[in-house]
Amino acid sequence: MENHEGISRRGFLKALAGAGTLLAIPAVPGLLTPLFRRPGPGEAVAYRDEAAAAKGTAASKVAGSKLRQWAMVVDLRKCDGCVTIDEPPQCTQGCIKEHFVPEGQKWVQVYQRELAGGGSAFMPTPCYQCENAPCVNVCPVGATYHNEEGIVLINHDRCIGCRFCMAACPYQRRFFNWGTPELPPEARFASYSPEYPVPARRGTVIKCMFCAHRAAAGKLPACVEACPMNALYFGDLEEDAATNGVEVVPLSAFLSENNGYRYKEELGTRPRVWYIPGHGETFDRLARDERPLGQSKW
Amino acid sequence: MASVKKLPDNLTELEKVGMRPLLQTSRWFALALVGLAGVVVWWMYAYSVQLRGGLAVTGMRDVVMWGLYIVNFVFFIGISHAGTLISAILRVTGAGWRTPITRMAEVITVVALMIGALMPITDLGHPERALNLVIFGRYQSPILWDFLSITTYLTGSLIYLYLPMIPDMAMLRDKLPLTAPAWRRQLYTMLAAGWRGTPTQKRRLERAISIMAVLIIPIAVSVHTVVSWIFSMTVRPGWNSTIFGPYFVVGAIFSGIASILIAMVIFRRIYRLEAYITKKHFVYLGYLMLALGVIYMYFTAAEYLTVAYKLADNDRQLLTLLFTGSQAPWFWAFGVGGTLVPVLIVAYPRTRTIPGILVAAILVNIGMWLKRFVIVVPSLQVPLMPFDFGRYQPTWVEWSVTAGAFAGFILIFALFSKVFPIISVWEVAEQEEKAARTASRLVPAPGPAAPREGSDV
Repeated sequence: MENHEGISRRGFLKALAGAGTLLAIPAVPGLLTPLFRRPGPGEAVAYRDEAAAAKGTAASKVAGSKLRQWAMVVDLRKCDGCVTIDEPPQCTQGCIKEHFVPEGQKWVQVYQRELAGGGSAFMPTPCYQCENAPCVNVCPVGATYHNEEGIVLINHDRCIGCRFCMAACPYQRRFFNWGTPELPPEARFASYSPEYPVPARRGTVIKCMFCAHRAAAGKLPACVEACPMNALYFGDLEEDAATNGVEVVPLSAFLSENNGYRYKEELGTRPRVWYIPGHGETFDRLARDERPLGQSKW
Repeated sequence: MASVKKLPDNLTELEKVGMRPLLQTSRWFALALVGLAGVVVWWMYAYSVQLRGGLAVTGMRDVVMWGLYIVNFVFFIGISHAGTLISAILRVTGAGWRTPITRMAEVITVVALMIGALMPITDLGHPERALNLVIFGRYQSPILWDFLSITTYLTGSLIYLYLPMIPDMAMLRDKLPLTAPAWRRQLYTMLAAGWRGTPTQKRRLERAISIMAVLIIPIAVSVHTVVSWIFSMTVRPGWNSTIFGPYFVVGAIFSGIASILIAMVIFRRIYRLEAYITKKHFVYLGYLMLALGVIYMYFTAAEYLTVAYKLADNDRQLLTLLFTGSQAPWFWAFGVGGTLVPVLIVAYPRTRTIPGILVAAILVNIGMWLKRFVIVVPSLQVPLMPFDFGRYQPTWVEWSVTAGAFAGFILIFALFSKVFPIISVWEVAEQEEKAARTASRLVPAPGPAAPREGSDV
């Protein structure tokens, strides 16, 4: 993982954040509220001013002046594809419920990958929110873009439906509403925004958007919250912390110590989603466990 | 279409040949027009079904998210290169034999561009938002490059089609029989733009045509280059290639020549142009097609061999699909039937006849359409995530749009030939004069003019 500048550049802050994290572990809920609070206008001005930041404590920095840079970590040691509890993947399921995901689409999909010596591992795949995002690069009308917190969003009022972004995405993480999406009636009452693209619209591209609407409200993404194994961590690269809702980890240290990697790192897309290698061993799933993934219910 | 039985007597034979199709239409031709129009109406119906039901009525889905529309787009933009090559390149290089076929070639360019440009719009989920390309266009996107270069090319081609038509328009304005409908005279008068054939006008026209001929070549090259970059700006197996620009340009000219050969056979037959479009034209263009075919085979070998040697995982999946898998019939139909066989037909003297060259040209066009299919679809079928190959089965809507696009192309082309002379009358006349002068110089003719020029031949 040669490309860590977003984190290691601020080694000093990292130490501070780490210290703050350690202090905060007993008080997870208290930490979470500021962690997921969205900075208001003007709050972001001095977020790179390390000297100013150093004067305060980690906690005041969290409350103060930073732009979040959202990231996710998937701990595959804990991910058993929900086969040991005999359920369809709960991350997929939680996502579908949260966004009234149109039938047939899995914004967070769980794939089964083969392991080197036989057997398999499961791999939940949200949108990777690439920093060098091929989809954003090729969009002819700027309908898909990074918001200031690094999430790749889609403006469905502008999308012309050319699907070039889907052709360009090396991870197949984008979906198209080919026909009028089948939605439950309550989806009609949602008020649309790029952060919460509900109800889905025909003729436009749609995908996981890291539950930007929940982050703004101080909540974890639906998939993170729904994971019964707590295998998904949501965090902030600026803050260098991530949480699965139960524990808070110092993000960069957690990745380094556990051999974190990004999928297809060699493509240079610089995803904001990391994996910790594994095959569900934390919950005693054997690599050669043959149980298939459950079917997600819509 | 009002039929005029007899052409005026004050016309040269060439002018008669140019004017006759405008005034006389055979029953078969009219019947063909009606048939084509019927297919175009069916196209409109199929598209209305798509507008109502959304792209769900096509066979495209999330994995294979592009299909026949994009295939047709690349194909039509490809054959639009006919006009540029024949007309501009041959004009710049001063190849005199081009004159009877330039008009046809330039019309193919304009019509193919119009039909081709409709295809990606048909492919849009929100066609009514197509103007967002202008309002919110990002010049970083290859689609915008396409949008800009295709509109530039279309504008340039229209000018380049129109300029050499001016003297012919004037001829029609002046010599059209009085029985011809009034709208024709008005149209030709307007388009003739006051042409009197004065030396100043001639000089200016020649200059304008030469400038356009030079300008249009780089524009045409850029068009098919950026079409290919839609694909090669991604990291997909089969698309992630550096040679796609020149590869597509060569393929475009290859299929463009084949298209004009087919058009030549048809118009030569139905408009009795045998005296002007001779076997020489077919053989010369056949040689060009042969050369381009060989270059295209070279590019194809270079493209697939370099990938097949390294055999990266996704590439292996793609090549298996193409060489022995479910797409193999199309791939080999293109490779053998669409390039090798036509090249051999033209190379072998005994089959280098007009029917032989026609067969080769048809094979090339079918092969190049298939080639565009095996570029677009199989690359999308290769799994990028750990799952199975994608599937794509075009629906009747997509086939109807495809049939309609071809019918529309032929229909506009045929209608054009009923309103404007399909051969450039004045340029052919000029070329004939030039040839006659050269001949008279070669054969020492008695008379006062001979001694002055005789020595420099």
